[in-house]
This record gives sequence, structure tokens and C-alpha cells, in this order.
Amino acid sequence: MQNPTTDHPIIEFDRVNKSFGDLQVLNRLSFTVDPGERVTLIGPSGSGKTTILRLLMTLEHVTPTKDPAADGGVIRVGGQPLSHMEKGGRLVVANERHLRQVRRRIGMVFQSFNLFPNMRVLRNVTEAQVHTLGRSKDEAEAKARELLDVVGLSAKVDSYPSQLSGGQQQRVAIARALAMDPDILLLDEVTSALDPELVADVLGVLRDVADTTSITMLIVTHEMGFARDVSNRVMMFDRGVIVEEGAPDEIFSDPREARTQDFLRAVLAE
Amino acid sequence: MDLQAVVDSLPRYGEPLLTTIVVTVASAAFALVVAFALGLMTSSKHLAIRTPARAFVEFIRGSSAVVQLFWFAFAMPVLLGIQFDYLIAAGIIALGLNYGAYSSEVVRGAIAAVPKGQLEAATALNLTPLQKMRLVVLPQAWPEMIPSLCAFAIMLLKASALVSIIGVMDITALAGLIGSQAGQDRLVHYSVVLVMYFILAWLIWTGMRALERKAKRGLGVDVKPVKGRLAPEVAAGGVR
Repeated sequence: MQNPTTDHPIIEFDRVNKSFGDLQVLNRLSFTVDPGERVTLIGPSGSGKTTILRLLMTLEHVTPTKDPAADGGVIRVGGQPLSHMEKGGRLVVANERHLRQVRRRIGMVFQSFNLFPNMRVLRNVTEAQVHTLGRSKDEAEAKARELLDVVGLSAKVDSYPSQLSGGQQQRVAIARALAMDPDILLLDEVTSALDPELVADVLGVLRDVADTTSITMLIVTHEMGFARDVSNRVMMFDRGVIVEEGAPDEIFSDPREARTQDFLRAVLAE
Repeated sequence: MDLQAVVDSLPRYGEPLLTTIVVTVASAAFALVVAFALGLMTSSKHLAIRTPARAFVEFIRGSSAVVQLFWFAFAMPVLLGIQFDYLIAAGIIALGLNYGAYSSEVVRGAIAAVPKGQLEAATALNLTPLQKMRLVVLPQAWPEMIPSLCAFAIMLLKASALVSIIGVMDITALAGLIGSQAGQDRLVHYSVVLVMYFILAWLIWTGMRALERKAKRGLGVDVKPVKGRLAPEVAAGGVR
């Protein structure tokens, strides 16, 4: 665990607002995640789950509040503000330099893999290690080969992404994210773009990662079986607020809220 | 028409042919630099960088290439006191700026066509904006640019004939000159030049095709698979 245990939760959303134009996606959302926790976010599309991951990855930015100290609207990672930075004792919206510093701790795997098609598999996994972590090429390659072995793709190091199946590409993307030694791994519907027969391989790899590391994970998925096995906590979202949260057994076997019951019925009927 | 006279005059095309090639190659190289500079600037999210580049592109595209040529050759020496030792330089700069401005749209378009997910993945890996451009965006945009840049290069070759109107002796100028001499036929000489342009265009086209194939291979795309023999990965059934 790279994050020394502190009193701080590793992720903290403090009354976070996010609007796209007139559309309010997150409405004063507050929650915390402890180091090493695996949290699954479920809910109908448009409920704000993916936005939460994108805010953490700094691909989106919070809708600013007037006075962050009093009104909140701040995301913190390991106790440090992520969406904001301290300047003259006040919290101001983070600039690119601050974001570069804080996002080092976070990795993300995307629904559409987003491997770099101009790089072979090995380089996809080594490039950022060299350029942003300053590792030597040999060091980065050793790390990449080790992780590609974990995801079962040692034989594909010299292939281009266009020569791989979707499931293989996603496993490379997982290796690429892990190579950066993140404290937090964000998984955004990582199996939604895959043919059904390829889903199991990818989930298998993620189960391994969950079993063998203590990386904090935030998972958005429609794979309820996987969510149940891997996560410590499930949060049900609707319209930018948490409707219900609890241990996976509670939520999946005995949801209290009608909205959760409806959602699970709809998903399981698929 | 005296055929022997035409054949005898052919060696005189040697130097003008070289001039046409030099004008084309040099202005194409200059145009490529201009195209990337303006294309990157017009792709910028900063208004202060985007606006002047945009204005420059529109100004160049909105004014006549012939007038620009005359301007660099004859107006600029008077107005700015900058005089080229050789008029050919004025031709290269005017054509390079002109085709660079047009091609910058190709560069901008290809950069814009790189999927947003690529940039997001690069952000997630914490690459700097410069690294994103160099490692992720440009290598993917480049193969997309080549066919359009090839078309512009061939147009540039043909436009190189414009330098003849500022007194540079290229093949077009020579055809007019020889064709008007006694015992020669203008029609025949312009036909000879037509064939020369076609051969040069064909060379450009062939070179660009090779370049495109090479660039596509850099994305793992096999442009011209050997018949009956698939790439090993394809044969293994590993393709989406």
C-alpha cells in the first residue's frame, strides 16, 4: 500500500456540484472512501456515476462554489484538495500544474479501452512510465512485461492494438493503468463495449488485481455478479444523489429503496 | 513543323526542369512547415494563439496567389526594402505560404479527428500537453493527412508554373520561349511540357503512396496484404 494509513479517507467528495449547462448532474454530493476500499457505483444512466470517476481523473471539473471553505464543492484525495488548491490560505480552483501533481495517484480504465493505436502493446504500457514517472526504459519494460504477464498477454507485446480483440485490448489497458502504480483505480464500465464471451477474461483479471493488491477501486459496472464479489460497498445513484448504500449483500439481496429495487429488477432482467 | 528542331531543342529543358523541381520541392517543404505551424496554432484552445493564425490563413486563402507572387517579387522590395537576389526565392515563399495556409486546414482537421478518448487516456497517464501532441496526437493524425497533402503537393507542382510570370525560367516559360522561335511549334512544346508535369506528378503520387503505406503500418494497419497470406495476428483470429 503506497498510501500510508492516515486519518484521512483516500477519497472525499464534499458537497460537490457538477452541472453541464442547465443540467445538474451532481447535486451537493458527499461521500468518502477509505484506503483499500472497493466501491461499486450503480444506477440508471445519467445518474452521475461516470461523472464521479471523470471528476476524480480530472477529465471534468467541479462546478465552483463561491466560498469552498464554507460551501464545500471540493474533492479531496488523501486529504489533499484535488479540484482546488491552497493559495494564500484560501481554496481556489486548481490549475493544470496542481492537477498534474494530484492525478499521479489515480489511474483509470475506460469503456472504450483507448489504447494508443500508434504504439505496440509494450510501448503502450511503458511510454507514460518513462515520460511521467521518469523511470528508465529498462525499468519500465520490466514492469510492463510483468504486468502483461499478469493479464495473460505476454505473447502480444509486439502487436499493435488494432491486431488485438476487444478483451485483449482492455487487458492491456488495465496493465497500462497499473504500471503507473496508482493508489486509486477507476473502472468505468470496462466490459460494456465487449462481446459477451470476452467479458469473463477481463473480469477475471480484475478479480486477480482486487485479490492481490490493496489498490482502492471505484467501479462503475452493470456486471452485478462481479460487483457483488469484488466490492466492499455499493452505492446506488439516481439524479446525482446517493439513494442507498451498503454492503453488496444488503443492496443486492434486500434493497430498501423502491428506486434501487426497480433498477436491479431492470438490470437483472437483461 | 520541323521535328528535328523540336528534338534538338529538348536538351534546353534540362535547367528549366531543374528549376521547376526546385521550386516545387522547396515551396512544398516550406508549405509543410507553415501548414504544421498554422495547423497547430489554429488547433490551440487559447484564443490569443488561434485568432492571429486564423486571420492569417483566411487572408492568404482569400487573396490571389498570382497577386501574392507579384507582391513578394516586386512590391515587397519597394515597401519593405527587402530584395531577393533571385526572383525564384520570391516564388518559393509566395507558393509556400499559399499552399501552407491551405494545407494547415488539413493539419487542423486531422488533429481534430483524433478521438477524444485518446486525449483522455493521455491525461489519465498524466502526460503533459506537449507530450500528448508529440506521442499520441500527431503520430495518429499524420497518416490521415498524407492523402490530402499529396493532392496539395501535386497542385503545388502545377502552380509552380506561375513563377514564369515573374520572369523565372521554368519549363512553362521555356516552352513559350522556344515555341515562338522560327521552325518551332508552340503547340508541340506545350505538349512536351504537359507530359513533363504529368511524369513529375506521378512521381509525387508514387512517393506519397509509399509514405502513406509506411505511416499506416505504424498504426498496425496492413494496407496491402499479400494475397492468400494474412498477417499472423489476423490468421490467429485475433482481429476485432
